[in-house]
Amino acid sequence: MADAVRAYCLLAWTWTRALAQYPASLTMLTVSQLVVTGIDAIVILFIFEHTPTYAGFSLPEVMFLYGTSGVSFAIADATIGSVERLGRHIRAGTFDVILLRPASALVQVAADQFSPRRLGKLVQAAVVLGVALATMDVDWTVGRIAIVPVMILSGTFIFGALWVLGATYQFLAGEAAEVMNAATYGGNFVTQYPLNILGRDAIRALTWVIPLAFVNWLPALYILDQPDPLDLPAPVRFAAPLVALLLCVIAALVWRTGVRHYRSTGS
Amino acid sequence: MDTVIELTDVAKTFTRRRRQSRSLLRTRTTVHAVNGLSFTVGAGEVVGYLGPNGAGKSTTVKMLTGILVPSSGRIRVAGLEPIRQRTRLARQVGVVFGQRTTLWWDLPLRDSFQLIRHLYRIEPARYARNLDHMVDLLELGSLLDVPVRQLSLGQRMRGDLAAALLHDPAILYLDEPTIGLDVVSKAAIRQFLQDRNRDQGTTILLTTHDLGDVERLCDRVMVIDHGRLAFDGSLSELRALVPVPRVLVVDLAAAAPPMAGVQVVRVDGPRQWVEIPAGSSAAALTARLMAAYDVRDLSVEEPSIEDVVHRLYAGPPGRPDPADRATTPRTSGSAVPAR
Amino acid sequence: MRLYLTVLRSSVRRHATYRAASLAGAFTNTVFGFMRAYVLIALWQTKPVIGGYDLTAAITFCFLTQGLIGPIAVFQGGLPEMAERIRTGDIALDLYRPADFQGWLLATDLGRAVPDFWYRSLPPMLAGALVFDLRLPDSPEVWLAVPVAITLAIVVSFSIRYLVMLAATLLFDERGVSSVAVVLALFFSGILLPLPLFPGWLGTLAQLLPWAATLQVPADVFLGQYQGLELLGAIGGQVAWAVVLLGIGRHVTTRVRHRVEVQGG
Repeated sequence: MADAVRAYCLLAWTWTRALAQYPASLTMLTVSQLVVTGIDAIVILFIFEHTPTYAGFSLPEVMFLYGTSGVSFAIADATIGSVERLGRHIRAGTFDVILLRPASALVQVAADQFSPRRLGKLVQAAVVLGVALATMDVDWTVGRIAIVPVMILSGTFIFGALWVLGATYQFLAGEAAEVMNAATYGGNFVTQYPLNILGRDAIRALTWVIPLAFVNWLPALYILDQPDPLDLPAPVRFAAPLVALLLCVIAALVWRTGVRHYRSTGS
Repeated sequence: MDTVIELTDVAKTFTRRRRQSRSLLRTRTTVHAVNGLSFTVGAGEVVGYLGPNGAGKSTTVKMLTGILVPSSGRIRVAGLEPIRQRTRLARQVGVVFGQRTTLWWDLPLRDSFQLIRHLYRIEPARYARNLDHMVDLLELGSLLDVPVRQLSLGQRMRGDLAAALLHDPAILYLDEPTIGLDVVSKAAIRQFLQDRNRDQGTTILLTTHDLGDVERLCDRVMVIDHGRLAFDGSLSELRALVPVPRVLVVDLAAAAPPMAGVQVVRVDGPRQWVEIPAGSSAAALTARLMAAYDVRDLSVEEPSIEDVVHRLYAGPPGRPDPADRATTPRTSGSAVPAR
Repeated sequence: MRLYLTVLRSSVRRHATYRAASLAGAFTNTVFGFMRAYVLIALWQTKPVIGGYDLTAAITFCFLTQGLIGPIAVFQGGLPEMAERIRTGDIALDLYRPADFQGWLLATDLGRAVPDFWYRSLPPMLAGALVFDLRLPDSPEVWLAVPVAITLAIVVSFSIRYLVMLAATLLFDERGVSSVAVVLALFFSGILLPLPLFPGWLGTLAQLLPWAATLQVPADVFLGQYQGLELLGAIGGQVAWAVVLLGIGRHVTTRVRHRVEVQGG
């Protein structure tokens, strides 16, 4: 495990240093990343031009959902998002080269093309989150305050695990694996909004099948003291860390199976 | 001599599902890339691994490095099992793929070397010494800050070679290392490898189509065809076993009927291909022809590995077939029907 | 002319082979279509008509625009097939070919759009129609105007991307220029939110910019948002943008041809 972390940091640092050779380009890419991802927040602002509350939530509350989802997503994207390029490695034959080296294949793929540019999204989401926290009308108890970082961390691991699961699918599916974007990028998009805009079946699916509801929605119901459209028992709202852990274990096992499949069939 | 590489009855079968165009059905073909392969390589040997395309050479190397898992059989490299101990084994192995680089495509060469240093945990002193040595021998000084994708083929191959040897591996796999290189670069790389083997005792398995590589470097030659070992011995033994005549290519002043008294195998306008009988001297034949005909130009064609292997596998009539059972004449690169 | 038809046809054939990838993309677009629809449904709970759209129109807008992303391709920034050639400087060679550079690329792009229409536009619409009531065109003028508007949208989108590609060539920076173009396209095309929902002066501005002609206009034509002469006006606006932007493109191409240096090895 320590080996893996070490290898990751090493690769990430080398990429960062290489990119730092072109500071202008890097800045422009980071800024444009910031702006592109910030557009979603602007859309929410526009929506609130037409109505004072949205699905029963105020603007700061929706911004809170947006911010927490965004921060979790951005950290996961920056650290492990490169995994989605696995298909490219397989087609180019570079996955074989990865298997030649004395380091974990997952770490190598995840650290590939590590770019600080992805932190553009993180900055933007963090700013929005900060503003939301400052303007939200919440009865802040110790419990509620503590839940916020736990929520963000769990969310990060949930997105990370979804990324790895989606990437593993590329061992089988080749180019068609783009469908997994629906879970990662789509997951980020939908959790920016209160999930009660979806039908109950959809919310159930996002709770028990693809557990995106645990990224920010369920913990947020506790913080914002909002009713649960599914009427789940209260402890579920605190289950995010457990769900994240479980999902990571599943993702790790599935990944291992994927690599084993690749090594048996050659591609 | 210690055994460093050991394959026992190794087989690798691929199931390919191909969809024929305009059909909704997928036909399954079973490809036996490697079929009952067994050999051992001792420490410090330089072995040429030859065979036609599709014979199973790349598959063998991939199994030796742990990239591919064999369908059956046993592999031991440096006492380790490539499947289960992939990362441990990787520290002792260096690989150069001719067709594809092992370096990081978008990074400068220097960064690739740095990454290798850290991934393979090379001590700073040894790294510095090896790097300087490689940069010197392979003339990489001016290329260190160039991104790998901007290097020419020859430069990239030299970079790959340096990368493969920075960690002083005991075993080196070279897959077509001189392909596409000019004569000077080929000679330099061959010399480099020879020195390496002599000074450090590095075991080298060299996959190649280039007879020059084999002649220069390999004490021992293995020929693989249709996934089986068709020959294992020295190059001179191979040549003796399968005498393939050299050919004298004669350009006459004008088109003419085949010359008399010699074995003409092909005529194309003023050019004629003449077989040089085994044991005969090309010089003697040349003198004879020049005396009798108006010869404008000539050259000698060496038999290619393909010719040798082809003859080897098809076998001249009356000789025992090197493979252990009768086969139909070789068709290049096709799948063997399942046993 | 025959040359461009050949280019178009071969482009169609080439892009038709990316079936698996296109369908995968269509799946993702469909999922996003549903999500955006639910976002707007929640908004429309507060008022029956917003920005001139009722709920059915708004939902249809989501699936329609998600479907049009593929053929209209305005979010690609520049022309991806040219991106590598700009980076290496090979684009200098293309500029000196005897055929009309812009025409050639336009024919290729139109060819790309044809299979994209089948693989990427129909699935979201079909999926949306299965779950929701969608608003379909109900008059002959509208049915006729839709393909015209979509084709013009592709041309306008091409002309924008063509200019982006030229800018990237002149500035030696494909990624930077492209990313700016993507941001502008995302914001002003209407993909995120129908442009009439943009507040105040921003909304007015957005509808005057060329990006509106790439997505918002064909969507509004489909939804029957234009009555009578307004329809002609909308199509006319697309034509005007196409002519102007293609014209600027041709002019700049000539200048670039004179000035371009070969970058890289």
